Amino acid sequence: MIGSPSVGSDSPASRGGNGTLAVRAGSDGVDCAVDKLRLWTMMVRLRAYDERATLLQRQGRIGAYPTFWGEEAIQAAAVLAVRDADWLFLSYRQNAVPVLRGLPPEQAWAYFRGDPRSFFDPSQFGCAPQCVPLATHLPHAVGWAMGRRLQGGDEVALAFFGDGASSEGDAHEAMNLASVLRAPVVFLCTNNQWAISTPLSRQAAVDHLSARAAGYGMPGATVDGYDPLAVLGAVAEAVDRARDGGGPSLVEASCYRIGPHATADDPSLYRDEAETAVWRQREPIGRFEQQLLDEGLLATQDITEEHERAASAMRAAGHRLDGMPAPTGVEMTAHVLAVPPPSWPGPSAPTFSTGER
Amino acid sequence: MAGTICSDILDWRALTTSPARPGNPGPVTLVQAVDAALEAELAADPRVVLLGEDIGRMGGVFRATAGLHARFGENRVLDMPASEAGFVGAAVGMCLAGLRPVVELQFDSFSYPAFEQIVCHLARYRWRTAGATEMPAVLRIPYGGGTHAPELHSDSPEALFCHVPGLVVVTPSSPADAYSMLRWAIRHPDPVIFMEPKRLYRSTRGSLPADPDPEGLPRARVVRPGTDVTIVSYGPSLPTCLEVAEVLAGRGTSAEILDLRALWPLDETAVLTSVRRTRRCVVVHEAPRSCGVGAEVAALVAEHAMFSLDGPVVRVAGLDAPFPMFMLEDLYLPDPGRIVAAVDEALR
Repeated sequence: MIGSPSVGSDSPASRGGNGTLAVRAGSDGVDCAVDKLRLWTMMVRLRAYDERATLLQRQGRIGAYPTFWGEEAIQAAAVLAVRDADWLFLSYRQNAVPVLRGLPPEQAWAYFRGDPRSFFDPSQFGCAPQCVPLATHLPHAVGWAMGRRLQGGDEVALAFFGDGASSEGDAHEAMNLASVLRAPVVFLCTNNQWAISTPLSRQAAVDHLSARAAGYGMPGATVDGYDPLAVLGAVAEAVDRARDGGGPSLVEASCYRIGPHATADDPSLYRDEAETAVWRQREPIGRFEQQLLDEGLLATQDITEEHERAASAMRAAGHRLDGMPAPTGVEMTAHVLAVPPPSWPGPSAPTFSTGER
Repeated sequence: MAGTICSDILDWRALTTSPARPGNPGPVTLVQAVDAALEAELAADPRVVLLGEDIGRMGGVFRATAGLHARFGENRVLDMPASEAGFVGAAVGMCLAGLRPVVELQFDSFSYPAFEQIVCHLARYRWRTAGATEMPAVLRIPYGGGTHAPELHSDSPEALFCHVPGLVVVTPSSPADAYSMLRWAIRHPDPVIFMEPKRLYRSTRGSLPADPDPEGLPRARVVRPGTDVTIVSYGPSLPTCLEVAEVLAGRGTSAEILDLRALWPLDETAVLTSVRRTRRCVVVHEAPRSCGVGAEVAALVAEHAMFSLDGPVVRVAGLDAPFPMFMLEDLYLPDPGRIVAAVDEALR
């Protein structure tokens, strides 16, 4: 169990490989056993995905795209902190998280070119589809976790949301419901300080969103969202607590939205980009790589090679996206209902015609 | 009693109703039929769970879940906080986890806080996952007026749900239908909005059929055959229409009463078959007139049976106004006089 203080089958000794170390991280000083290189590789992959997606948008190969540049540590650490059988509940800014669990990047990108073939089976990847309306997936995480628990499972649901979403009623209802039911859920808030143009000060009147946990009777913690080991430690502790019957937790990963809200956004209209430049110096991948260099786990050449490998893989995925044929009109109605009515458009093609029947 | 000032009124014990069981001798009420259907499906399928406010030890504000908490326990009958978006959303998640949640939304208007979950997720999840996931949830919604209820406890929001692709919307008008249609709804793989006519909860009685509705989707039913005019209705207005049919029969007009039972998808064949035969059509519901189910029926008839008609399609409906404070609700609800006048217009 990653992040567990106990030494189990997933302990450093049993996992092997270069860079597998016991490290100390997290705000509560939890011992984390973590393959740092695996974490780093995942972060690099996310970065390459995100930059390639932005390029695809600039080239007109996909539509508007919500970049997550700088949030790689949070997403990679969260995925590492859970088991494969645990489910992840995603907002649009976590659109690459299913890729970390095996979804081809081009299928994830297909969503942003308006292609229904981007839809996938959640059970195949342990990921609910990205949720566009803010915070509305948080009650799903609670229901899924309760549903598994009622059926005797020990799985945990991990739900991502942002500082903007924290203001939505569904966030409140989900956290309250999870706590009342002691549902095994980890609420992971990526607090990047900006909801499109709305700063955190217009979103919340508390210093740390994790303070809200107290109101729900659950533990809350704030960690540096640019520090993958800190995120991993805090999330792993929350996951363990949920699995052991201790109920939900709220983890706030604090960071700064270095990029725009999405490719159609221009942050210079509403914020001082000189401030952004300061945060950009703190971005998580370069910082983590420096740490790994200092610890002797990486050489400069390893970094260069891994970046090239990731960029090349994403370039190839972009080509595969271009090669996907356009969807047909059948997809509009094909999967709406398991039992369509007699008047439903037939399997050949939906029809808009009317006439005497 | 100590502490009271005017009178001794602090005994809140209500008249209790015992749950019905299939095969019980004697007729049962509609709400007992709901209770019995829930009990039968809880017993038949361990994946069925009930969610709602006050549905546990209390048995629900209408007692539609009376006795179920005691028999099946708190892991099958789950009391929820006052959090409709939260627990309808949780029902979506439970479907993802392989359960079949049946949610009670305490009153019609209590569905509004959950509307985003219903529209954005319950109705779309199957589509959004290319058919890989099913949402076999049922939302039970007691609806309609005529019970002298407080504001926002008498709405008829069925057309809102009919307009959301991905939902099936049904409503019974008798205890037998409530029993068989609810059992069908719980077994159905698509999300079903199960509108329960709360005015009929205790005003109608009938026997319980042995089995769930065997049909793929509930079809409309001719509850009284006739030859001169088709009165299309559903749910709480059905008994009023039957009353009208008696009145009309007394003056020599033979009205056919068609109970839609399913509001989406409409049983187009049943409507068109009946209207082509009687050549007249009146639609009755208590929901607001504009863009209501009656408008859809009228459009259906206009599109596909126009040349069979000998008169205009006439709607009898609620006003395009908020459901009134209850001193005025008898004015608002379709009554026999308004329906007879509508039939006269259709026959003119």
